[in-house]
Amino acid sequence: MRKNRRSRIKIKAKKAAISSMPKEEIKKELKISAIDDGTVIDHIPTDGIFKVAEILSLKNQKGIVSIATNLQSKSIGKKGIIKVGGKSLTQSEVNKIAIVAPDATVNIIKNYEVKEKIKVKTPDIIENVVKCFNPVCITNNEQVATKFYVVRKDPIKIKCHYCEREMGKDDIEII
Amino acid sequence: MDFKNKDVISINDFSKQELLYILKVAGQIEQRPKNALLRGKILAVLFFEPSTRTRLSFTSAMNQLGGDVIGFSTANVTSIQKGESLWDTVKMSERYADVIVIRHPIEGSARLAAEAASVPVINGGDGSNQHPTQTMLDLYTIQKTKGKLENLHVGFVGDLKYGRAVHSLVIALAHFSPTFYFIAPNELQIPENYLNDLFQKKIKYYKSSDLTRFSKEIDVLYVTRIQKERFPDPLEYEKFKGVYRIDKSFLNSVKKELKIMHPLPRVDEIDKSIDSTEHAAYFEQAANGIPVRKALLALVLGKIN
Repeated sequence: MRKNRRSRIKIKAKKAAISSMPKEEIKKELKISAIDDGTVIDHIPTDGIFKVAEILSLKNQKGIVSIATNLQSKSIGKKGIIKVGGKSLTQSEVNKIAIVAPDATVNIIKNYEVKEKIKVKTPDIIENVVKCFNPVCITNNEQVATKFYVVRKDPIKIKCHYCEREMGKDDIEII
Repeated sequence: MDFKNKDVISINDFSKQELLYILKVAGQIEQRPKNALLRGKILAVLFFEPSTRTRLSFTSAMNQLGGDVIGFSTANVTSIQKGESLWDTVKMSERYADVIVIRHPIEGSARLAAEAASVPVINGGDGSNQHPTQTMLDLYTIQKTKGKLENLHVGFVGDLKYGRAVHSLVIALAHFSPTFYFIAPNELQIPENYLNDLFQKKIKYYKSSDLTRFSKEIDVLYVTRIQKERFPDPLEYEKFKGVYRIDKSFLNSVKKELKIMHPLPRVDEIDKSIDSTEHAAYFEQAANGIPVRKALLALVLGKIN
């Protein structure tokens, strides 16, 4: 009984949240359902969306995860959105996704409301996120955490701390 | 300048001032050998792949300074065969030695060894990545034979794609306002990222596949072997081997003061008839490994500062 009441309140809140949005956003929201608590990552380039999912280990996520791609975007042409229910990303997690989505916007949602907006900042050093593409790099031959220096932020170019090879966006493989 | 306990892993880790300081110390050591400077110190040479010059010259440098040398020159005789990691091998070696020189076929291995060891580590070559002491002795040779490092016209010929000696020397010489001439078949030309770097530093460079095209401009010609072991396909190697050959007829078109260098071993890139000419600097270059490596050992062990 109590559970039903709670869910009715939730639905009301959701409707209220949707009705207060401009029309354009409603359209967008309908393609991918709203979440009450969690994180919405918007403006992900379509070719980076599954890499973002990998970086955030979303396949191990217990809550609802929605991934939408090839949505229209005024700023970047086509884009992707990821919504992760029940998980608030930290700044360091957000920075990791900057490797493939430097212009993404990250909104932390509480009770259907945006509680916080976090700006993606490409870190200067990327540790243990990316695999070195050089098969004869020591990181691919001995148990050692990878480490890369960001040489250029957009488009991303990173340099391996160990073998000193430089990698572009297309070479990046998430560990 | 304090080099005590500093690792020597990559030429990229050294500033122009640091490089010049190392060359200065090498010059002083060559003029006034300090025979007992490293008495009581032990150098571990961990050579996981074959080497002639690097291992012998480090050993000789350490012995000439009164120090002792332990180590191995092939991975077959070590616990590596039993599956010991590089990290563990280095951790074990640091208990036995005051300084380590490592050569290993895997790129980045020297950097990892430096992280494992509390004693200074010198990179004696990590695959096709870095060989910083080769670059330092190359700089020393150029400075000694030309009397300067600034504003030289330096040509590179041979395998400019895979040759780590070329890549590192290009980076190091870029501190000294050079003009570069890259002479190689298109397939073996210097990788774009080095050219982008030179462009950003506003350093002039020219590319050609013709050995004689710039021969009148060049002060130092750095010749390299087409390295068979770097080619994934042996047929590709056959296509390029022997493509450039420096012989007496080539000398007709060069500057009188041209110096020819080569990191050795050579195959047939430089004809033996060149050896007796004033242009040949490659054997002196190999000999310069001793004062430069002596200087580095003394510096990282804190015996000279």
